[in-house]
Amino acid sequence: MKIAVLAVQGAFAEHIDKVRKLGAECLQLRCAADLEQEFDGLILPGGESTVQGKLLRELQMFESLHAKIRQGLPVLATCAGLILLAQEISNDDHVYFGTMPVRVQRNAYGRQLGSFHTVQEFAGIGTVPMTFIRAPYIEAALAATSDVYHGNDGSAEKNETAMCRQEEAGISSRVEILARVDGRIVAARFANQIGLAFHPELDEDNRIHEMFLRMCL
Amino acid sequence: MGEDRYALNKQLAQMLKGGVIMDVTTPEQARIAEQAGACAVMALERIPADIRAAGGVSRMSDPKMIKGIQEVVSIPVMAKCRIGHFVEAQILEAIEIDYIDESEVLSPADDVYHIDKHKFKVPFVCGAKDLGEALRRIQEGASMIRTKGEPGTGDVVQAVRHMRQMNSEIAKITSMREDELFEEAKRLAVPYELVAYVHANGRLPVVNFAAGGVATPADAALMMQLGAEGVFVGSGIFKSGNPAKRAASIVKAVTNYQDSRLIAELSEDLGEAMVGINEQEIALLMAERGK
Repeated sequence: MKIAVLAVQGAFAEHIDKVRKLGAECLQLRCAADLEQEFDGLILPGGESTVQGKLLRELQMFESLHAKIRQGLPVLATCAGLILLAQEISNDDHVYFGTMPVRVQRNAYGRQLGSFHTVQEFAGIGTVPMTFIRAPYIEAALAATSDVYHGNDGSAEKNETAMCRQEEAGISSRVEILARVDGRIVAARFANQIGLAFHPELDEDNRIHEMFLRMCL
Repeated sequence: MGEDRYALNKQLAQMLKGGVIMDVTTPEQARIAEQAGACAVMALERIPADIRAAGGVSRMSDPKMIKGIQEVVSIPVMAKCRIGHFVEAQILEAIEIDYIDESEVLSPADDVYHIDKHKFKVPFVCGAKDLGEALRRIQEGASMIRTKGEPGTGDVVQAVRHMRQMNSEIAKITSMREDELFEEAKRLAVPYELVAYVHANGRLPVVNFAAGGVATPADAALMMQLGAEGVFVGSGIFKSGNPAKRAASIVKAVTNYQDSRLIAELSEDLGEAMVGINEQEIALLMAERGK
């Protein structure tokens, strides 16, 4: 199995170490030529989303990756990566891939003094360590949700066309809420995309990466 | 500062890796830097080239000016305090700066002691010419290290020297027998545990950036190929003919630092580089401040 890691800026080396430790091959994406190789999954690492979003376009990787994600390539996106996937950013006019029907807030916990570490429940895994660095969180899902913590099912259905496309492909069209911290959504899954506000690559625990690699099989 | 907080501060530096941190003096420059792809900005009243030209005592910037920059960008904002000036650091912490640079570019406030950075919640980056300096700063609580370069000169020679020195000392420690580490710790005047960490991991326990004299995409890529994990660019951008273009080119050169064909393209038509001063032509070696 080969996992591509976006390596234009940020904490990509930490993801690469994890993936290699778990026995998968890694491909670093730095320029358009790197996309000519086949790969089974994509990791969008932490870093600065403004920098990554700009470099994705200027290094001619954006369109090709966008198409792959829409076609169902499994994606694990952490922190800045979540911002790249979000359909809306409440405090920023930019939209990057916009493939995940969620609204996120950038730097939602404030500056570096607001960064924190905690241990919380993650759906299907149990308690996991979570490191938040100038992190965003998900303000709201913009499609129907299934929420193991709150039991609500079927909220706003703004994203009908995307849902239909996904349903035709036989993939769940709901935004599955995977974790909350103090009531705020910090992890969610939509189809083959997992978006996390925190950094599993910075902690010893491997279970989130293991879960992602199983998605890429 | 608890262990958790120190870990979080080191981890913020990890998020900056592969990026370029740019010196800015106005909100307008900060916006240009962010749009050009800076992963953070360093807010200061005068860039090092002007500090050098003006002479005299140079101090922490006006907090109002720093806040003005915090308001216009979404990326982390850093600011400098004088070596040993823990009250300037307290002020920067009070305005919630994301990273404090305890910097030799400003006039040192203390010629013996650095700041006890464990007393702070905000992270510190400090300069180092060699491994001993780096580990001493880390022992004092720095969560990021940079070369000391020679700021404001546009001459990369010192940053290169510091990076090579650091690398060769790390390589030497990695190849030592374990029973030799005690003596090495004494020689470097640092705690044994830090030397043992370098021996086991072959790297510093924190992120290491290049700083000082970087003026071109080629300079930035040179520092990355020598092992820097990211680059600070000070006077090199806003002292040049076309700051926005030069900044964006340096950002791309840092990402693709091994792609010489791309760096050749990035180096075209950048306009005039900052004039620069050779190391031998300057009277004041800032890198000699604070050891």
